[in-house]
Amino acid sequence: MELVVKGLTQAFGTTTVLDRLDLTTGDIRALVLVGPSGGGKTTLLRILAGLDLAKEGSVSFAGVTVPRDEPGLLAYRRKVGTVFQAYNLFPHLSALDNLTLPLVHVHGLSPAAARERVAEPLERFKLAEHAHKRPAQLSGGQKQRIAILRALASQPERLFLDEPTSALDPEMTAEVLEMIGELKEIGTRFVLVTHEMGFARRVADEVAFVGGGKVVASGPAATMFEHCPEPRVREFFARILP
Amino acid sequence: MSRALAHTLVVAILAALLAVAFWRSGYAFQWEGVWAYRQKFVSGWLTTVAMSLFSLVLSALVGLVTAVGLRSRWPLVEAAARVYVELIRGTPLLVQLLIGFYVVANAVGLENRYVVGALVLALFSGAYMAEIFRGGLAAIPAGQRDAARAIGLTPWQSMRLVILPQAIRLVLPAVAGQLVSLIKDSSLLSVIAVSELTLAAQEVNSFTYSTLESYLPLAAGYLLLTLPLSALSRWLERHFAYEAG
Repeated sequence: MELVVKGLTQAFGTTTVLDRLDLTTGDIRALVLVGPSGGGKTTLLRILAGLDLAKEGSVSFAGVTVPRDEPGLLAYRRKVGTVFQAYNLFPHLSALDNLTLPLVHVHGLSPAAARERVAEPLERFKLAEHAHKRPAQLSGGQKQRIAILRALASQPERLFLDEPTSALDPEMTAEVLEMIGELKEIGTRFVLVTHEMGFARRVADEVAFVGGGKVVASGPAATMFEHCPEPRVREFFARILP
Repeated sequence: MSRALAHTLVVAILAALLAVAFWRSGYAFQWEGVWAYRQKFVSGWLTTVAMSLFSLVLSALVGLVTAVGLRSRWPLVEAAARVYVELIRGTPLLVQLLIGFYVVANAVGLENRYVVGALVLALFSGAYMAEIFRGGLAAIPAGQRDAARAIGLTPWQSMRLVILPQAIRLVLPAVAGQLVSLIKDSSLLSVIAVSELTLAAQEVNSFTYSTLESYLPLAAGYLLLTLPLSALSRWLERHFAYEAG
């Protein structure tokens, strides 16, 4: 997944959130976006995921440009998956129906085929026994893992995860991070926004530090964490890394 | 005390108080005169049921479409929906029926008073439904729309599969209340001479001069419709119940 972002600008009212942001990565599997709150990470991720349209600028993955019209964006969203901080599971449906809904209504599988498709992942991530529960009956960690499976069910080209563990306690955080780590191992490509620096370091092929609406620095994880030439990035890590 | 027993007890006390009130009023009931006209009550009641049912379905549709209009991005659509809602909610149904029948229906050559009556009633109730639905739609968290978009649903699929099923549960009690109102509001159709239950009672009263004997069956006739509706609403609420999460 070779990401090229050029001149990305986003503003809400008079507030500029992204300010001619540029970012280029190598052909990597996992990109992690880090940086201070309010720096523009989530806004950037939403544009990458095709949920929001930037005011200006362009995004391409592996040479394919993300469309800028609604029909094109809809088609694009059907080829990628997104995971939200607040899970955003559908509360009126069981966990299983949350997983099969996109398969049946977007990807044209029969309900039986959809259930068959999600059975194996539910088993693998030890969620099968919770499949018939409504979201309200699941723990936060279970909800987020179901949300990740929902995003993965349609076998997307890549996944976007927006602070998937920020609403979870340490134990549930560990269970969700473990799942993301496992996904990385089986070859899932993803862009992850997170404040879990230890995990970011372990899982990231490249790290981009987003602050003040720009990419302050980006590069291979080891370089970024250990000897980033940017003082702002070094200070940020020095403050939060043990 | 069980819920059923409590209900029975309350109804019994109320009935006793009413009985005492009637007895002290010294009113001499004369049911024979009214009984002769029972067929009129039955046909009036059936007309009320038919008119209410038609208006009920239509007003829910009108309300839903208007609610979406109230939330529209396009200023003209939003303005049209808003003007409709405020105009209807701000004026008496009586005036709407008279203008609807004698002016609007006349102008477009619609002569059937039953059709006009049901349409006006549906438009009247639809304005209230619209505000109820709008509130229900607005109460669904933005994250639900995000998730629906993220999995690739079209706006219409998102509405049908994600937003509406949740919104309906939220608005069910208010919608049931509005439907009960609609059934009772259908009594005003008598002013354009639709032979529904209220007109039947008025006519029987004018033939027999037995006021209470004419109007008590009227109350019973409406309760016969509204009580099951309330029960249905409570059942649906339980049926749709799930914890938010």
